[in-house]
Amino acid sequence: MSSSSGRSTGKGPLGRLADFFDDRTGYRALVHEALFERVPGGARWRYVWGSTLVFAFLTQVITGLFLWANYAPSAQTAWESVYFIQHQMTGGWLLRGIHHVMAQMMVVLLALHLLQVVIDGAYRAPREVNFWLGLVLMMLVLGMALTGYLLPWDQKGYWATIVATNLAGIVPFVGPSLQQLVVGGPDYGHHTLTRFFALHAGFLPATLVLLLVLHLALFRKHGLHAKQPLRKPDAMFWPDQVLKDAVAMLAVMAVVLGVILVPAVRTMLAGGQVEWGDLGAELGAPADPSESYAAARPEWYFLFLFQFLKVFEGWGATGEFLGAIVVPGLIMGVMFLMPIIGRWNLGHRFNVAFTLGIVAGAGLLTALALNEDYCSLWIDKASLADAATLHAETGGDPGKIAAALGGDPAKIATMRRKLAKLEAYRNSAAFLAASRQAEVEAARAVQLAGRPERIPPTGALDLVRRDPQTRGPRLFGLLEGKDCASCHAHVDPQAAGAADALAGTSAANLHGFGTAAWVRGLLDPKRVAGPEYFGNTAHKDGDMVQYVRDEMADPEKWKPAEIEAVAVALAAEAGLADASATPQQIEQGRALIASDERCGSCHNFRDNGTGLGTAPDLTGWGGREWLAGIIANPAHERFYGDRNDRMPAFEKLLSAEQIGLLADWLRGDWYRPSSTRPSP
Amino acid sequence: MAHHEQPGRRGFLAKVLAVTCGGLAVLVPVGAGVWAFLDPLRRRGAGSRLIPVTELAAIPDDGVPRRFAVIAERKDAWTGHAAEPIGAVWLRREQGSGAVQALSATCPHAGCSVDMAPGGGCFRCPCHNSQFTFSGAIVPPSPSPRAMDELECQVGKDGAVAVHWQKFRAGVAAKVAQS
Repeated sequence: MSSSSGRSTGKGPLGRLADFFDDRTGYRALVHEALFERVPGGARWRYVWGSTLVFAFLTQVITGLFLWANYAPSAQTAWESVYFIQHQMTGGWLLRGIHHVMAQMMVVLLALHLLQVVIDGAYRAPREVNFWLGLVLMMLVLGMALTGYLLPWDQKGYWATIVATNLAGIVPFVGPSLQQLVVGGPDYGHHTLTRFFALHAGFLPATLVLLLVLHLALFRKHGLHAKQPLRKPDAMFWPDQVLKDAVAMLAVMAVVLGVILVPAVRTMLAGGQVEWGDLGAELGAPADPSESYAAARPEWYFLFLFQFLKVFEGWGATGEFLGAIVVPGLIMGVMFLMPIIGRWNLGHRFNVAFTLGIVAGAGLLTALALNEDYCSLWIDKASLADAATLHAETGGDPGKIAAALGGDPAKIATMRRKLAKLEAYRNSAAFLAASRQAEVEAARAVQLAGRPERIPPTGALDLVRRDPQTRGPRLFGLLEGKDCASCHAHVDPQAAGAADALAGTSAANLHGFGTAAWVRGLLDPKRVAGPEYFGNTAHKDGDMVQYVRDEMADPEKWKPAEIEAVAVALAAEAGLADASATPQQIEQGRALIASDERCGSCHNFRDNGTGLGTAPDLTGWGGREWLAGIIANPAHERFYGDRNDRMPAFEKLLSAEQIGLLADWLRGDWYRPSSTRPSP
Repeated sequence: MAHHEQPGRRGFLAKVLAVTCGGLAVLVPVGAGVWAFLDPLRRRGAGSRLIPVTELAAIPDDGVPRRFAVIAERKDAWTGHAAEPIGAVWLRREQGSGAVQALSATCPHAGCSVDMAPGGGCFRCPCHNSQFTFSGAIVPPSPSPRAMDELECQVGKDGAVAVHWQKFRAGVAAKVAQS
């Protein structure tokens, strides 16, 4: 392929240009060297895995660099910049989706490449060093997967990383220092992100490229390890094997695109509108160290390790050391020894069996992990009803259970199995509920970040923490039935099951508090002493209940239109009046409330002169300030004074900001996007 | 060595197919990357905004310009700043005059921040030494292609001074507003 100057006669300008460069670089020889490699026995599909891995890595480099152009690693900007890529930038969802899915694809391709090399015995002399390089490359890829998971700084990545780095911390002697170095200090924050980012996009890929070059150079030096027997005559790498490689690469990319786009196609077929930002990689709610995250799981390809740790449950730190470090270390050790072990025929069989065993074991552990998390979807809950009853009655005490079953060993054994299944069911149901909750919170965080005023400089977590819609129910204790919810219901009275929810309460139902509908119920003689209002309180025979039942029930004294006017005026006081409320109606209501012959006989209202202490002040009733005030201290003379029935002064338990959030939530005062997209 | 190049059409077809498949596969990540990379091209600035800057009383009527920060809402990719300095203006008032002249402090040459010349008496840009009179006209020799950018200024009845804040393209002779 050597060329000489002066050869250019009779060639077009392109040919002459090519000659010019070849003379000075010798690129033709290089290209020839790269492409015209002999493939013994002809091109085969089983040789494509290495090339697809290189392609997958190339894809990660390309998409990673473009992501880098828009990513800002810090605790106040990581989630925010990823949100911006995913939901605001054109094509950002596709870019991030490819990076995310290809990362998983790479793990699959790694496994296939490794399997093929081991099964074909391609690690044997003289290819030992290249096999070792391959194993190091594999660890680098897994390291990049692990570090990349944190970078969006969402709940999922954050908690998974806490677990991973804590496991690194249990390495003897150097563990704590190692952990602190990786985390960038004693706590997780800016430097955790900058360091993980430097690892993910700098140290690890740079090392990988270096070793990949060596890996490929050694591969070319030794030539392709042909699978015996050779089926066909030898062929050339170009174009025969390159064609197969290229088709495989395209297939890999098609699978990646398929994973990203199939949900969109489904939505389109169902006639829905595709939200492009929801495609590809998910983005959880911003990382929040103060909120527990029961849906924390590693990425699926690390699930087997996660499950493997459970094998050592009950062994304490020793178990974790064994499960997270010793056993995986031993397995890697055996893999590094494979070229030596494989010198003997039996050794090669051992290697194949060992590798297949590891893959099968990892598969089994992954299946077990998935089963633990999802089994409530297929376990028949009805079949466990007796176990649930027995568990509730005995508190799970083995002695009591045995006694309840009459000491029959067969029955006890069956029941024990059922109780174990019940526990699995409950754990799974709790995980799935947490996952659903995580999805709701993620969607809400995205919704909040999409407000026209965008994310405050303090970050999206601040935005989420100040969101009444998601924080209100937590502060209220709605799900667990604690705090406010230990006395108050918050249930739509028209909803199915409302009666049950109301039966166990000891204070008013606060659903819709501040609206005219809520006041109408209060002023309804049939409902005022029911569980929705004063029925389960010390006020059930109080002056208000008596007044509503005696006076307001009498149409001579209170015309229905007047009651309606009072309801409307109070809702207006709360700032929650219906659109149908007229100014005249509100004025009429205000006059009735102020009148010392009506509400004003007990209640202070604006400047009606009744004064505080006899009944709650109705000035600004149901407004944010009023609600925050009664939550802070219901026994204040402005509210119930010394007639306050059991409600604690929450100013001693909650911050002013938390009380404000509760008030906003009760009033339904939170950000709603103007788009047609339904709120989560 | 059983070396034989693929002869004829079959070999050619394999080469074309290999290049096509490989090219398509690589084109996907490149395309997605470029698509997202071009996103800034479709973003627009805030345009012209009337922003209150100061009170008339804060601008002495001695013909000497005073510098004031322009504070307004600013959006920076994902972050929304409620009120942040987004630039500066030089405001000047002649003796006894209620009218205010407003000049953008951004140099029309290359966008540096124009300052008062060390000795006073005129404006000077510290980057490339463009000089301007207090009314914004170029003092030759100056590299700036045009005079300082004057901004429309409103003085309210209550004495509030507001400017129509606007950015202009740097380095060109014409005063072209940036969108």
